[in-house]
Amino acid sequence: MDLRKLKKLIDLVEQSGIAELEITEGEEKVRICKNNPQAGPNETIKTTPSAEATPVPAVQAIAEGHTVKAPMVGTFYRASAPGAKAFVEIGQKVAMGETLCVIEAMKLMNEIETDRAGTVTSILVENGQPVEYGEPLFIIE
Amino acid sequence: MFEKILIANRGEIALRVQRACRELGIRTVVVHSEADRDAKYVSLADESVCIGPAASSASYLNIPAIISAAEVTDAEAIHPGYGFLSENADFAERVEKSGFVFIGPRPETIRLMGDKVSAKRAMTKAGVPCVPGSDGALPEDPAEIVKIAKAIGYPVIIKAAGGGGGRGMRVVHTEAALLNAVSMTRTEAGAAFGNPIVYMEKFLENPRHIEIQVLADEFRNAVHLGARDCSMQRRHQKIIEEAPPPDLAPRQIVRIGERCADACRKINYRGVGTFEYLYENGSFFFIEMNTRIQVEHPVTEMITGIDLIQQQIRVAAGEKLGIRQRDIEFRGHAIECRINAEDPFRLTPSPGRITSYHPPGGPGVRVDSHVYHNYVVPPNYDSLIGKLITYGDTREQAIRRMRTALSEMVVMGIRTNIPLHQDLMQDARFLKGGTNIHYLEEKLAEYDKARGGGA
Repeated sequence: MDLRKLKKLIDLVEQSGIAELEITEGEEKVRICKNNPQAGPNETIKTTPSAEATPVPAVQAIAEGHTVKAPMVGTFYRASAPGAKAFVEIGQKVAMGETLCVIEAMKLMNEIETDRAGTVTSILVENGQPVEYGEPLFIIE
Repeated sequence: MFEKILIANRGEIALRVQRACRELGIRTVVVHSEADRDAKYVSLADESVCIGPAASSASYLNIPAIISAAEVTDAEAIHPGYGFLSENADFAERVEKSGFVFIGPRPETIRLMGDKVSAKRAMTKAGVPCVPGSDGALPEDPAEIVKIAKAIGYPVIIKAAGGGGGRGMRVVHTEAALLNAVSMTRTEAGAAFGNPIVYMEKFLENPRHIEIQVLADEFRNAVHLGARDCSMQRRHQKIIEEAPPPDLAPRQIVRIGERCADACRKINYRGVGTFEYLYENGSFFFIEMNTRIQVEHPVTEMITGIDLIQQQIRVAAGEKLGIRQRDIEFRGHAIECRINAEDPFRLTPSPGRITSYHPPGGPGVRVDSHVYHNYVVPPNYDSLIGKLITYGDTREQAIRRMRTALSEMVVMGIRTNIPLHQDLMQDARFLKGGTNIHYLEEKLAEYDKARGGGA
């Protein structure tokens, strides 16, 4: 069960009248409870190279602010190298043109810059996650 | 066999490739532009990746985006469909260099056949009859050009070496118009294809378009799967295709088919391919080879019972061809009508929401279409929304089934060329069979005149 599928489940619970949702898929189990600010899996999900997620519609930014979207397909990284400091953290102020992250495509690292100055209020994808064109990455207020 | 294939195309062919993969137990990744987010085959795929905005140049022609999508999804092979990058040798090369299998011929073969001058040369060497012509690129010297045209005999046609599929051509009827035509075609070719080289051929006045389907593996095994007649065209765009070509003796087809299969062995061709010919007065003249699966492949599938996309995938996976020439039988007759989102007679495009959709069915009816009820046909791509194919024991039965199928088919909310197809299925010359490549344009011109000179 990967993060995109998880997001979809979280959204489903959010939008519905369900208070609690538990899903078992093979070895993996997820329980999502509403009104829990830390809505998420109870157990650690082991990422196995099994069934991939069905396509997920872009997660709607709940907060106000400008959404920075991926301009290309590739793998999202928070820092320039494994172990290096992340480019930005939540709450960090960024100026126009500052690098937010790197997207790796075809063995090349592409620095993704912000097109809006402000404060990073949300980081919507995980380090190492594949992203598609137009996928929301950050929210800048 | 592959575990996962990335489908680098859209529309009905993306769905077709997906179906072949499903049957073979192969997982699919479909790449799509933002405009195709709601496509049927995107929802049906195992994975999908948005690779760019609506514009083809930024999405379906975006090589880094497609290869990147293959990387992040761990696909093993890429199927390019038809159009877009399917005959782009650079794409094939980069796919292979990035560690994926390109489902198609080798990059060198694509390059060889992509240059129409070198393709003709290779085919002549392989014993395939070609249209008499300039034997290579036209020289700069005007006197030489005039001499070549005189030797061929007017009318002649000037063609761009980097063109193909009906693009980059000009017909010349008199010596007076020759040199201007050559320089104009050169300029256009340089701009459109980045290659200003042109060559000259005899212009055949009343030919039919007959093509031969071939299939070859990596081990120099090659077979031909008979012929198709694609003469019903407008501005070099095919509207109706059928197999086998009416009025051609089976022996003729076998003979030319064998030449093509032999040429495949000689050039070490891999995958599916089509040899296109102009046929006039009992003779075949090679014009070009398409190194990909074609839109009209279903009619060949119907008369041979062979799934061409699956065979393509098997060959790409390194399998030896499981079919011998003597295993291939041609039975019955198949007709395909291309359903386009366009005004049936003015042929202006008609994108938009399909408010009511009902496909036909029944024995001998096949619908290859990605559209569905409430689907929005985007304005950014070609107008093909589906193919309606009928099969019968005889040509007459295939035509009768097509009439019924067309009458049952409902596509509301947009305009389609269904009325044009219904007209053609009653057209006396079509019913007789064997109309040439100019017939449809002449017929449409007559309609224009009757309507008082419309578009």
